Formats: sequence, structure tokens, C-alpha cells
Amino acid sequence: MNDMAMIEERPLAAKAPQHAALTEREVQESRRKETILYLDGVSVSFDGFRAINNLSFLLGKGEMRAIIGPNGAGKTTMMDIVTGKTRPDEGEVFFNGTVDLTKHDEPAIATMGIGRKFQKPTVFEGHTVEDNLALALAGSRSILAAIFHRRDAEEEARIAEILDTIRLTHLRDASAANLSHGQKQWLEIGMLLAQDPKVLLVDEPVAGMTDAETEETARLLRDIARDHSVVVVEHDMGFVRDLGVKVTCLHEGSVLSEGSIDNVSSDPKVVEVYLGR
Amino acid sequence: MIVGHLLRRGLNRWIVLSLAVILAIGIAVPALNLLLPVTHPLHVPTYIVALFGKYLCYALLALSLDLVWGYVGILSLGHGAFFALGGYAMGMYLMRQIGPRGVYGDPVLPDFMVFLNWQELPWFWYGFDRFWFAALMVMVVPGLLAFIFGWFAFRSRVTGVYLSIITQAMTYALMLAFFRNNMGFGGNNGLTDFKDILGYSVQAGETRAALFFASAAALALGVLFVSALGASRYGKLMIAVRDAEARTRFIGYRPEYVKLFAFVAAAVMAGIAGALYVPQVGIINPGEFAPANSIEIVVWTAVGGRGTIIGPIIGAILVNAGKSWLTGFAPEFWLFALGGLFVAVTLFLPKGIVGTAIDGWDGLRRMRDGKRRERGEDAPLTGPQPEAAE
Repeated sequence: MNDMAMIEERPLAAKAPQHAALTEREVQESRRKETILYLDGVSVSFDGFRAINNLSFLLGKGEMRAIIGPNGAGKTTMMDIVTGKTRPDEGEVFFNGTVDLTKHDEPAIATMGIGRKFQKPTVFEGHTVEDNLALALAGSRSILAAIFHRRDAEEEARIAEILDTIRLTHLRDASAANLSHGQKQWLEIGMLLAQDPKVLLVDEPVAGMTDAETEETARLLRDIARDHSVVVVEHDMGFVRDLGVKVTCLHEGSVLSEGSIDNVSSDPKVVEVYLGR
Repeated sequence: MIVGHLLRRGLNRWIVLSLAVILAIGIAVPALNLLLPVTHPLHVPTYIVALFGKYLCYALLALSLDLVWGYVGILSLGHGAFFALGGYAMGMYLMRQIGPRGVYGDPVLPDFMVFLNWQELPWFWYGFDRFWFAALMVMVVPGLLAFIFGWFAFRSRVTGVYLSIITQAMTYALMLAFFRNNMGFGGNNGLTDFKDILGYSVQAGETRAALFFASAAALALGVLFVSALGASRYGKLMIAVRDAEARTRFIGYRPEYVKLFAFVAAAVMAGIAGALYVPQVGIINPGEFAPANSIEIVVWTAVGGRGTIIGPIIGAILVNAGKSWLTGFAPEFWLFALGGLFVAVTLFLPKGIVGTAIDGWDGLRRMRDGKRRERGEDAPLTGPQPEAAE
């Protein structure tokens, strides 16, 4: 049950090209290695409905990206594919350039370093804020380790640090069930941080938040993006503008437009399907 | 050392108190039965020792169900199967102890095999003439069944009512199998007519006293085990799986293993309860596999308060005391009373007796603390609470 052992390195075919001209495959592979997330030609259908249609999406190491798109554009399905919840019918999905994500399940992918926040805030309501973070802290996921686990000073410090980041220090001992909607969203983001992931997938972090909370969340995510790769799915255009990052617009399961928020929002195709509804 | 730490962590004053009460009962009841003359006002009659010994086994059984239902949220409607399997393993040992004293006088074969004209002992009866082997099987057989069953069910992500239904189907299937004579477990008569356990007559007062104490000690160990487990990180993980299984998966845990561990541990506890039960009641038959028995265990746990440690124990003892009392004069009403009790508890006491008491206690404390403007020093009462029924 050694989770790290499950991360297999893909054998790299044709490491040293014999000819000056690189084959198309080699170009692709070298491009792939520079990404933290790499989706190419991914399709998935549910009962004949094509939720994702020949989707290609690259996320560079350390990059923060916002994904927008109307309902049913495939945003959440894309996250399901990356986190192992849904298997794509076809296409390639790679993490860190080398790990084929279609061969792993959710817990394995999570321990590799992909954290996910759900659209609906999902925290452990029976536990305190502190215990929520403690359970998410990076470390062994085996049952025996959990039974004999003892909290050490390092963990205490890490929890205190995360509580500070998500601004919930004063609610450390409060039951997660009693948090406000916005606080639950932050706690869930804090749980992602506790996992110490390389990539954070954040699904609609500001849905149902007040303006002040939304602003605070944008600050929090920009903070996190300093040393993590982040994908944020969001409907709130003001919030996306606040993040100030490259934007990908999805429509009917594939990329419609990509670029800065100004470019994307003035793209006539985007205006037609999304903004000009 | 680590285990010591684990045990200390599980101890709070309520657990210590309940351990003290359980052990005191375990010593006092048999002592008052054996040491005092029958005419003494404090003498405990022998039938009471037998009855309470049975209740202690039921309490351990309810506690084991609580581990999977109250903590991990798996409603097992077939938990009686593990109890019965533990009981059968002990019954097989007791059968082999009869030796040539059976009705047919065969030195090796139990009476029912002679009656069926069997010539030799089936292979699965080998080894049961030794106590240590039987004691091992009491834990291994239920544990193994739970492991195999749980492995397939949890990995296939069978949850909720579907899981409850297949656990029920499991115990029903076992009941039908054990009713068959050629299974080699005595058919519908089961195993009975026991004579000795570890060389002592099962009928003797001293043996009964020892069995009673063993049941109390097993229950105390069960309490210690569940409270230590509940206080560990694994305990928190169990609650997390119960409340938000998908979340645990996306932070890297495998909820199927969390469930599997609790399910197997609970099955072993239930097996031990069954093994202590059989010598005290003197019989084990396929009726113990009946689905209704498993549902009764759920009722005991619900009445006492699931997700607490003391709750299932109190529930098991109260409901069974009620059953003994009611079936004494109006046995035909018992099932109605049981059904009515379950409905009433679900409607009016969703957290059970102990859960409701904890809530009341907490409320009082909050009021008091609010006045004093200071915080409580440690966590109240026993275990984690199931989420409020909202």
C-alpha cells in the first residue's frame, strides 16, 4: 500500500533522436514534459451525450488558470477525468509530464499531488476545523498508521500555518458543521493545502459568497498560486478578472477560446455562446 | 508502549467509570451467587447469573455493531451471523469434549453424526478438540467471512441500503445452509448437550461464575478497544468516511479499507460474544442466524445510542431485560413491542438514550459555561456523535 510506488514512470521511447528532424511524437513528448497537467484528444460520453469532445488542455508548472464556460460545457467532467473519478473513452491524460492518470484511481491520484475542491463545499461536519485539516495533512494513508498515529510538533505548526492562511485560526475548535458557507469553502481549500499537492483543482470557489468573501478568496488563491499550480473553475467574471490569469473557455466539451480575460471575453465565439446569452 | 499510549488516549472519566461498573458487576454477581447461602437476602439466584451473563454477551455484540454502524455508518443487518459463527466454533469444541458420554457412546463422533450414520469426522471438525484451536477459530472464522464479504462489497462501492440488504441475505443464506443436516453442524437441532469446558462441568456453579466473569471482562476489553480506536486518527477517519466518503477518497484515503478494518474487527468481537454466549445458554442452533436476530441487535444499538460507547451496552441490557420481563407473561406481544420501540426511538430519540443524555448534558454545560465565560476542560462523555437528524 505504498502509494508512491503506484506512480509509474512511463518508459520514454526514442530518447536520443538519431536525425536532426524530430518526429511529431517526440515534439509532443518534449512539450508534455514541461506541463504539470496534459490532456490531449480527450473524449468521454455518458449515455451517448458527449460531455468532453476531443479536449486538449495544457497547464504549465506553477501556472494558475481560470476555466469558464456555460453550464454543461464539461468543466466539472474535466476535473473528474483528471482526478480519476471518470475514465476517458479516448485521449491522453498526463500528470507532471510522465504519469498516465487514466491508469490510477482517486486515492492514488490524490496522494500523487492533485487536490480537488468540490463545487459544493464538502468538509467533515462531524469534526472540528482542526481535525478536518489534521486528517488532510500529507502523510501515510494506511490504516495501521492512522491507528498508531501521534500528533507531533511539526504537524501542529503546519496546521497553525494553514489556519492562518485560510483565516480560520479563531475557529480552530469549532465544529465544521457550524461554519458559514464561505468558511466551509475556505476550510476545504485549507484541506487541499494540507495535502501539500502540486496541483489544486478548485471548482467554483466563490459560489454563494458575499462580495467581501469573494475578494478574500481571490487573494487566497493568488497566494496559493505562488507555489502551486492551480486550476480554478468559476462563473463569476469579476472574480476571474480579479485573479488576473490566463483564461480557457470551454464549450460543449472542448476549448472554444484561450488567452487573457480581455481577449477571451471579446472573442466573438465566446460572446455568442456565453457572454451574450 | 505505543499501545499503552493508545489506551490512555481512549480513557476519559466516563469510560473509566463504565469499565469499573462492568468489572464490579462481573465480580459481584457471581460472588453473591456462590458465597452467600440461598436464604441470604443478597443472594443472587443462579438463573439470574445465567440471564445476566447472556445480557453481557449481547452488550458486547451491540458494541461491535456500533463500531460499524455508529462510527463508519455501515448498517449491517447480518451482524448476527458473526455472533452465530463464533458460537458454532465454541459449540464444536464443547461437542468434542463430550467424548464417549454421548447417547450413542461413540468416542469421537458427536451424537448427531452417529444418528446420520456417518463413519468418520468431517475434516472441518478436526482440531476442535483443543481449546486453543477453537478459541482461535472463534475469531478467525467470523473475521475471515467479514473480510471476504467486505472486500468485495466495499471495493465495489456498495453502500447504504444495498449493503444492508446483502448483509441480510448473507445471514439468511447461512441460516438455510446450517439448517441442512449434511452440512455437518447438527442441522436444525444445532449443537447441544454440552458437558465440559476446559475440564469443568458447564453446569457447575463455579464454571457459570467463571463464564460470567469472562463475559464481563470481554465486554470491558471491547469497551477499551472501541474507545482507544475511536480516539485515534483512525477513529476520526471512520467518522469522516461516515459523513463524507468522497472527500476522504479525494484526499488520498481508501474508504474501502477503513470500512474493511472496522467490519472485520467488529465481526471478531461478535464472534467472541457468541463463543461466550453458547456455554452459558447450553445450545447453538441455526435460529441464531435468523435475520430477525440481526435486526434486534440494530434495535438495541439504536435504543442505547449509536456512535457512543456506553449506549449500545445500555440498549442491549435494557431491551433484553424488557424482553425477558414481557415474554414472562405475554410472549405474543414481544414482537409488537420491539417494532413499536424501534419506531418510537427513530421518531422521538434519534440519538438514543445516551446520545440524548449527552446532548442534554452539553446544553446544561454550555449554559453554565456561558455564565462563567470559560471553556470546558475536556471533551464530554464517550465517543463522537452521529450528526443531528436534520
